[in-house]
Amino acid sequence: MKVTFPHMGNMSIAIKGLLTDLGLEVVPPPPITKKTITLGVRHSPEFACFPLKINMGNFIEALDEGANTIVMAGGTGPCRFGYYAQVQREILLDLGYDFEMIVLEPPQGQLSELTDKLKELCGERSWPHIMRALHNAWRKVKAMDAIHARSLQVRPRELQKGDTTRAYEQALQLLDEARTPAATSACLRQGLELLNKVPVQHDKEVLRIGIIGEIYMVLEPFANLQMEKVLGEMGVEVDRSIYLSHWIKEHLVLSSIGLKGSKDTKKAAAPYLQHFVGGHGWESVGDTVRYARRGFDGVVHILPFTCTPEIVAQSILPTVSREQGIPLISFSLDEQSGEAGFRTRLEAFLDLLKQRKTQEKLG
Amino acid sequence: MSVTVGIPRALLYYHYYPGWEAFFRALGAEVIVSDETTKAILDQGVRDAVDEACLPVKLYLGHLANLRDKKVDCIFAPRIVSVERKKYLCPKFLGLPEMARFCVDNLPEMLDVEINVHQKYQETHKGLLKLASRFGQPAAKAREALAAAKKAQEQYEAKLRQGYTPRDILEKRTEPAGGGNVRVAVMGHAYNLNDSYISMNLLARLREMGVDVVTSEMLRPQEIKRGTHSLQKDIFWTFGKELMGAALHLHEQGEIQGMVLVASFGCGPDSLVCEMVERVYKRAKKIPVLLLTIDEHTGEAGVVTRLEAFVDMLRWREAI
Repeated sequence: MKVTFPHMGNMSIAIKGLLTDLGLEVVPPPPITKKTITLGVRHSPEFACFPLKINMGNFIEALDEGANTIVMAGGTGPCRFGYYAQVQREILLDLGYDFEMIVLEPPQGQLSELTDKLKELCGERSWPHIMRALHNAWRKVKAMDAIHARSLQVRPRELQKGDTTRAYEQALQLLDEARTPAATSACLRQGLELLNKVPVQHDKEVLRIGIIGEIYMVLEPFANLQMEKVLGEMGVEVDRSIYLSHWIKEHLVLSSIGLKGSKDTKKAAAPYLQHFVGGHGWESVGDTVRYARRGFDGVVHILPFTCTPEIVAQSILPTVSREQGIPLISFSLDEQSGEAGFRTRLEAFLDLLKQRKTQEKLG
Repeated sequence: MSVTVGIPRALLYYHYYPGWEAFFRALGAEVIVSDETTKAILDQGVRDAVDEACLPVKLYLGHLANLRDKKVDCIFAPRIVSVERKKYLCPKFLGLPEMARFCVDNLPEMLDVEINVHQKYQETHKGLLKLASRFGQPAAKAREALAAAKKAQEQYEAKLRQGYTPRDILEKRTEPAGGGNVRVAVMGHAYNLNDSYISMNLLARLREMGVDVVTSEMLRPQEIKRGTHSLQKDIFWTFGKELMGAALHLHEQGEIQGMVLVASFGCGPDSLVCEMVERVYKRAKKIPVLLLTIDEHTGEAGVVTRLEAFVDMLRWREAI
């Protein structure tokens, strides 16, 4: 069994580690490139959302490199993600690939629906062994998120453009190689140190912007045109509303044992949206309100083109922005998105925020 | 004077209007439906909606504005989350009351009761009774209204299964449909197929060409269920499941000569459901499929030409 999986930001580091620890032969998909996108777009439904298309590119490239088993997550809707795997499987079968697809679905009633699939994947491994592997993977996800959050604070203040990104990538490299929870903790410390050593201008005044939107588009830099890096290097301190660790805790762990996660976001959204709409539409509305309350200078909303839950949010967000007094810009991205137009719109948005800030100081 | 309740002639109107009408009538309200779709109504909706919203949502917003201009006392705009167990409607229906409120200015009171049969059956029932109490009627009357709604809805659905389209029934046309010499399945959301403006009169046009039209409403629930049996995972959208089940059932039965798939541009669920349907049909290579994607820019001439060519092709195949 040669296992592969789709990319989503740094997630591959944790998944690759986890599957390796489980004693599986892993063929991670090659890093996402233009070619990945071209392949994915060519073989996906035209109006499918961008994440599905990138997934397809990942699968095709990994299968071409010898993978024969795909591990994919599922869902119960109403967001399209819950039906990705079924469509992707049919397309890959029509393309003539010979493979197995293991879809990990959130349990609908019985936990055994999920554990059976895990057992299928792990074969003869004992439960304690599996638990240890999961524990280390969880540690890694949390460590990566901590390093990421720190990099977002350092980048806008760096003296030499690119230093932060280099240190960040080095830190991730360290984590990639950590095989035990103890090693992961040590790497986390080292990684944070690397970032802390980046020469910065401490008293620099920076804009603070929150990023909201659909999880894949927020987490995958190739899909969001390196939004965080671009903003950071323009001197903006970015705050990300969604982290993988957060998502795992709320959607996989807490919800599967019947507990609801943090209610803050939903409470904040209540005057504008009172019901979940699938995906991250509800959170997008709530997080915007929260960023406004926390005194952020602006919010950037990212969604994949044709994402219905985010379109619901998009219909509501202009009112939220006006009433809460926080400027907001929405980027609907897919394979057609041009970098130049994107940068221009971002720059114009930042100019507006700067002006607003100066006026506030004067007024 | 009685209270006037406005119901937009869009989205779920084609699924549930008879039930809704009976409910409000039983409560002593006057029901006012928005006008038939016109270019002006659609244009208004396009202006009010965000660019990326799908055509049916834009149209819905246009119909809300139409009702506002008719000065109705309130508008029935329910949040329909689920109408059966473990199934949802498309995400847009889950946030529809808010989309309406924040996109269309100066709307009258909105009756935005939540319908969630999957997770909140009891609360849904209570919510409806509470809604009924707003019309100043005793509780017994409210329960009567619910029963009347259920009866009217059941009669409507029974009639659909006799081969009438929602439009046939809502317009009280009673002549038997069909009788054409080619049988074509027309698969798509009722709110697209039955709005004669945005569907460019698709169903009527096909019938004029001598085509016997089958839609998913005309199939029995068991047939739709049988159709979805071969799927590895149940589809969690009610309408997606119906489309898929109907398409697969008709494919297995082999009693149709062709299928027209109608999707609106950018429709999330359809982008996956229609892809699956097309793949099944293409693999078997028995029944030709015509895919029509419609939005507010679709030109009528192009659609008509393609339809005519498709029906001609089906006739030639039959002749050979």
